[in-house]
Amino acid sequence: MLNTLNGLFIAAVLAGTPLLLGALGEILTEKSGNLNLGVEGMMFMGAITSLAGSYYYEQAVISAGGSPNGILSSAIALLTAFLAGAGGALIYSFLTITLRANQNVTGLTLTIFGTGFGNFFGEYIGQKAGGYVAVTETTKKAFSSLHIPVLSDIPVIGPLLFQYNWLVYFAIIAAIVMAWFFNRSRVGLNLRAVGEDPATADAAGINITLYKYMATVIGGGICGIGGMYMSMVTTSGVWVHNCVSGYGWLAVALVIFATWSPARGMLVALIFGGLTIMRMYINIPGLPVQIYDMFPYIATILVLVITSMRQSREHAQPKSCGLNYFREER
Amino acid sequence: MSGAAEYAVKMHHVTKTFGKVTANKDVNLELRKGEILALLGENGSGKTTLMNMLSGIYFPDHGEIYVKGEEVTIRSPKDSFTLGIGMIHQHFKLVDVLTAAENIVLGMEGKATVNRREINKKVRELAEKYGFDLEPSKKIYNMSVSEKQTVEILKVLYKGADILILDEPTAVLTPQETDRLFAVLRNMKKDGKSIIIITHKLNEVLAISDRVAILRKGEYIGVVNTSETDQTQLTEMMVGRPISLEIERPLVERGEKRLQVIDLTCLNGDGVKALDNVSFEAYGGEILGIAGIAGSGQKELCEIIAGLYPSIGGSVLYSGNHEGVPVQERILGLKPDEIVKKGISMAFVPEDRLGMGLVAGMDMTDNVMLRSYKSNKGIFVDRRNPKELAERLVDELEIVTPGVDTPVGRLSGGNVQKVLLGREIACHPSVLIVAYPVRGLDINSSYRIYDLLNEQKKKGVAVIFIGEDLDVLMQLSDRIMVMCGGKVSGIVDPREVTKEDIGLMMIHAGDPKSGSGNEEVTA
Repeated sequence: MLNTLNGLFIAAVLAGTPLLLGALGEILTEKSGNLNLGVEGMMFMGAITSLAGSYYYEQAVISAGGSPNGILSSAIALLTAFLAGAGGALIYSFLTITLRANQNVTGLTLTIFGTGFGNFFGEYIGQKAGGYVAVTETTKKAFSSLHIPVLSDIPVIGPLLFQYNWLVYFAIIAAIVMAWFFNRSRVGLNLRAVGEDPATADAAGINITLYKYMATVIGGGICGIGGMYMSMVTTSGVWVHNCVSGYGWLAVALVIFATWSPARGMLVALIFGGLTIMRMYINIPGLPVQIYDMFPYIATILVLVITSMRQSREHAQPKSCGLNYFREER
Repeated sequence: MSGAAEYAVKMHHVTKTFGKVTANKDVNLELRKGEILALLGENGSGKTTLMNMLSGIYFPDHGEIYVKGEEVTIRSPKDSFTLGIGMIHQHFKLVDVLTAAENIVLGMEGKATVNRREINKKVRELAEKYGFDLEPSKKIYNMSVSEKQTVEILKVLYKGADILILDEPTAVLTPQETDRLFAVLRNMKKDGKSIIIITHKLNEVLAISDRVAILRKGEYIGVVNTSETDQTQLTEMMVGRPISLEIERPLVERGEKRLQVIDLTCLNGDGVKALDNVSFEAYGGEILGIAGIAGSGQKELCEIIAGLYPSIGGSVLYSGNHEGVPVQERILGLKPDEIVKKGISMAFVPEDRLGMGLVAGMDMTDNVMLRSYKSNKGIFVDRRNPKELAERLVDELEIVTPGVDTPVGRLSGGNVQKVLLGREIACHPSVLIVAYPVRGLDINSSYRIYDLLNEQKKKGVAVIFIGEDLDVLMQLSDRIMVMCGGKVSGIVDPREVTKEDIGLMMIHAGDPKSGSGNEEVTA
């Protein structure tokens, strides 16, 4: 029993990490007043570009007669995933901030675009590689569980806390840094003002356009890293058609569940992660697999119902979220 | 440019257009150092636009701006702060979920981290210096309107502004709060600060300012010394022709009881009592004024009577005539269409004209039709009669519109209100509830609205008038009910009490005499 629970915990952390990354990116974006529904799309873009980045780097090194370096390979994957997500968010930002297009429509379009982008290039690179695309053992190893001296060897706690891949720790640190950023830093305070009330922030001399662009683009980059987790960790460096499938939407729901707080996001991501992989650990006889697959979505609906019933001004969506700002509007 | 330095701000031939609309045309304005200049004009005369060019929100199309003798280009609010200009906007520019101190330091340069203890201390010291009472760590959404205004003023002082622009600062304050604000402004003037105050209340202009500059329809009319002018001259300059400032109160014999409200109680969104045992009666042929600070329950009261808001206790009784037959009904808890079905003719002109009253994107005919389309038989609606009515309203009420096919959202505030009020009056109501009918309207439109209400009163309608300007309420109403924190502080005859009495009743529910003299003692 205890083993099952430990196993479930570890699996929940592993499954929750891409959700956490996606949610963190979206929290940062929404704090600037942009509701970017393109998380799924940006995750797809991050997923394929990171895989392609690692793959082409390895191929280039191997054809030159050398042997690829795992750390360099992961760094390339991280960079390309970030850039791809940021690139998607940049399109979104240009459309909504500069051209003032409707945020919902633009976000949904980005999701459709990113999904197509990921699947198309995934198949294309696979075809050229002769059937499917996969990274070498070196890179796979770089994305597998770490072994931290001493800490990983502590009984019980070691496996529970110190034997994950590096992206898990990356996500947790990102969440803590972001929580600090919103609550303690001057730029974070300004950013919150931009998302709550851009006219006020503008009158206070804050550069609205710059803040919105930066938050949305960096947020998109973090979503892209969440996508990288799907292709490099979850599917172990092999392109699987539709590998992100729905995780981007769960991340959007998680933002609401976490009430726009990165710190709470960590806990909530663990719960959602647990729900997505529950069927492998808790077996209820006679319950079809499909029902298990519905759990995270049922939880999302419940969360939406509960959060809209509870009215709190502080743990709510930034007030101007979803609205474009135009200074001279009369 | 000798002697130029005695001017804090000088605007020279400034023009600003929005599309085809000219908001400011060739305006010259001078603010002397250490004076309080009132900027007077009707709504839409371009006062706020002009000031927004000083605060960097808008950029002028033509003209020059000099600050402290030097020509400057103000491209953004930041440029404006650098020049020492601080503007306190009419609609507060504060972030609700942040604290007072956080709002004050917003957008300022400084260390990468925000030390809350330190900024709270600094803000508290500044507040004490000018005699404000403010808790720096209080969140804005927990604050009263006057506290929010304090935060706004401290915000610009904290940034070291020595030129302050206040856009209609008294619109939301009680007379007592206004006096306190004026005292603070005089302190600031003594401190060497130059102040521009935008307003359209003449008595305030005369009370606080050294000079008055007047704008009319975007053009600069002139400047006069306050000590050498009076209300009549100012009105004439502002409106362009002499206008009587007297509001008529025709003597009408009080009719029968139309509406009786007994012990009405309701909760607001946070579960706090928004109305607490409110009782009153409204009679035909009288205007019952309702006074109170914004948010004292006025909105809930009229929405409950109109059937739009739930109550938790009490009763509302209506009596009147429907096609010659006397009707007596309890209307509390009925939906608006059920009230109509019972043959009760009640009209409600809500505060939020384009949100609750009219559909901004629809034209006049369609908006008029909203009142009548349900009586159509069959699946088609009759557009001809509503169109005729709309055209009649345009003629009778002198509504300025390109035509009845123009969306009402494109009309000016005064014309929107005429459409709404005209439509409601056209239904021949026996009870007419109007909430802040002249808010944001200029003098001409306001007086037209007062006339319309008086006409209804003469016809024997029970008019309930929720207002914010005490002077108007006192001249127009036959009786005034004063509300405070959801309670009725009293119902008075405006001919027998003073404005100060009502002001006190607005802040102290119940006994108006107690608690007034204690404020100075706490210093």
